Amino acid sequence: MPDQVLFGIEVVINGLMAGVLYALVALGFVLIFKASGIFNFAQGVMALFAAMTLVGIQDGQVPFSHLINAIFGTKIHHFGWEVHSILAILVTIVVMIVLAWAVQHFIFKHLVGQEPIILFMATIGLAYFLEGVADLMWGAEIKTLNVCLADGVCLPQGINGFLDATTFNWFGYGLFIDNLDISATIVAVILVAILVIFSQYTKQGRAMRAVADDHQAALSVGISLNYIWILVWSVAGFVALVAGIMWGAKSGVQFSLSLIALKALPVLMLGGFTSIPGAIIGGLIIGVGEKLFEFLVGSMIGGATENWFAYVLALLFLVFRPQGLFGERIIERV
Amino acid sequence: MKKLILTTVAALMATGPALADLVFPSLSYRTGPFAAGGIPFADGYADYFTLLNERDGGIGGVSTRVIECETAYNTEKGVECYEATKGEGALVYQPLSTGITYQLIPKASADGIPVHSMGYGRTSATNGKVFEWVFNYPTHYWNGASIAVKHILDVNGGDINGKKITLLYFNGAYGKEPIPTLEALSEKHGFMFDTIAIDFPGQEQKSQWLQIRRDKPDYILFWGWGVMNQVAVQEAANIRFPMENFIGIWWSGAEHDVLPAGAGANGYKSLQFHNVGSDFPVFDDIQKFVVDAGKAAGEGNQIGTVLYNRGVYAAMLAAEAARTAQEIHGATEITAAMMRDGMESLKMTAERMAELGLPNFGPTFQVTCENHGGEGLGAVAQWDASAQEWSLVTDFIAPDEDVILPLIEADSMAYAAENNIEMRCN
Repeated sequence: MPDQVLFGIEVVINGLMAGVLYALVALGFVLIFKASGIFNFAQGVMALFAAMTLVGIQDGQVPFSHLINAIFGTKIHHFGWEVHSILAILVTIVVMIVLAWAVQHFIFKHLVGQEPIILFMATIGLAYFLEGVADLMWGAEIKTLNVCLADGVCLPQGINGFLDATTFNWFGYGLFIDNLDISATIVAVILVAILVIFSQYTKQGRAMRAVADDHQAALSVGISLNYIWILVWSVAGFVALVAGIMWGAKSGVQFSLSLIALKALPVLMLGGFTSIPGAIIGGLIIGVGEKLFEFLVGSMIGGATENWFAYVLALLFLVFRPQGLFGERIIERV
Repeated sequence: MKKLILTTVAALMATGPALADLVFPSLSYRTGPFAAGGIPFADGYADYFTLLNERDGGIGGVSTRVIECETAYNTEKGVECYEATKGEGALVYQPLSTGITYQLIPKASADGIPVHSMGYGRTSATNGKVFEWVFNYPTHYWNGASIAVKHILDVNGGDINGKKITLLYFNGAYGKEPIPTLEALSEKHGFMFDTIAIDFPGQEQKSQWLQIRRDKPDYILFWGWGVMNQVAVQEAANIRFPMENFIGIWWSGAEHDVLPAGAGANGYKSLQFHNVGSDFPVFDDIQKFVVDAGKAAGEGNQIGTVLYNRGVYAAMLAAEAARTAQEIHGATEITAAMMRDGMESLKMTAERMAELGLPNFGPTFQVTCENHGGEGLGAVAQWDASAQEWSLVTDFIAPDEDVILPLIEADSMAYAAENNIEMRCN
């Protein structure tokens, strides 16, 4: 097989894997927007907050230790223990549920009936607040994330040796596929399966879908909007945790994790703000598209075209299909 | 009478605030995506001045005062910080960002306040004939590119003809700075030179590393910052690129850049313009007079890290320039203009660094009217993942001035022509 074809295959596979990571971030946006009409600007910061909380709990870090030390003149930083990854993930999920309750109780409960732009502005405020809280709670240094399900069973990093060797034997060129990307893909598939099962086969999931379809009708049959919105923010918090783990494992857990939201925006414009399959397909299209464009055209025009390509593609969709591939059709009645 | 009072008040306002302290603004970034790099630098900068106050009673008997202003590494906020603090009697600004430096060069030049962009900013500002108020000693990016190539020459027995060197860089002004130098060096030494850009913030670099895997360069030079650094080191480890052939600039060589990649980062190299580690007498003093006394800017746990050391080094150079200014002008309370004179006459010798408790901490250099960058030496450090520490693996290396000086001359003269700047130092 010609080298360029093999390189192209490698680029497409890696693009698909990157797309899965984009979709993980976009999913959180879709869940909240679909259920409540809120475009959650804070979704990226939620991923950061979740990942920092997870590492902090794992490492036995004392939350707000900088603040405590500054006020009381103490020098405490750690409890002196380490927490197993699974337990730390469970505790982090509880923290994200508490956060969801707080967001609903202190912010959005008071903004019912407000214009979407007001709700959007509130999420901008939430993003800045949450970033500050994360800084105060866990500090600003970069933390190494090691998620291990059992002794020696941790999130893998680096080239997959088996695929490298196999493809080398077949084609004379070993394809590069990152073990972390493979793990992220498996986790994303499981996550989407859980979300589908939850929304289709549980009472709470059906209530969530009812609210997403029609708030008024859901309210009239006795569904508590307050409860459902807390539930939705909790699920989005869980999705943010998964995204935070996958991205945090690549770069260490640090404040620029919040910028992963930038990668989700074109995915949402492409897939539609209200469709879970749209977020996934959109992520895959953006992932493959930007990688292929960089491979085929990038070097001719100076490179670093990925962000540019993603947003130009999204712009084209906004012009010709503003609801995205899978979004609900926008009908304006006059 | 009323007119006399108004004139007096106006004259006092024009001469600036009372000269009670030696004021050193710190444009720090303790928040935002780059905080991990900004915090240790800001701590080191502040702690050194606290040490001078606590141990020596300041500089020449005058207390120092650090005014910290948060920029979050944002250019607009950096300019706001400059405007907000310049009236406090600021002696020198260290903008800590190439973007902020570019904005401050015309402003500070007009206001008569020196700018010290140590290892960043506008490279050609090293030409003191054009840039009266800007200094970039002890070295700058073009020197960095040359030092890296000299190191590669050293490890290849002086012959890199036909080798392939790729520059992996942040797709902005900072990352593009070394390209002209590397192109000139490529012509001189016969190596093949290629560039690969990474867009901000650089969390996703798969395309770039797949290209590197296909192209198989012999060496990668890396101009990155922030999360770009950690991801690049991890991706290099992922594709099993030989880490000893991967050389970052000094802003891509802190502990937090390599720790997330674990053992995979072992052997990664970076340039440094100061020494690493905490085995210097000054750090004992900082521990005793600053940290143990509860006066540290941070938790006191950053001593000896690369960027804390850089903050200490920046503060030491500022303090030495202020001391030189006091000697030149025979005054203990100095103005920004006097500080500029001190910076232009700064001479860092091995003896002086030893006296300061920093033996061999940085290169020896001398600043002159014509040369605001010193001799431009830098060293190569290497990461030991098992010991989790950096160590210098070369002496301080001089850059290739035959290549760099004509580039500096051309760029600074173009700036002078654009801005109608009259040459000085005649």
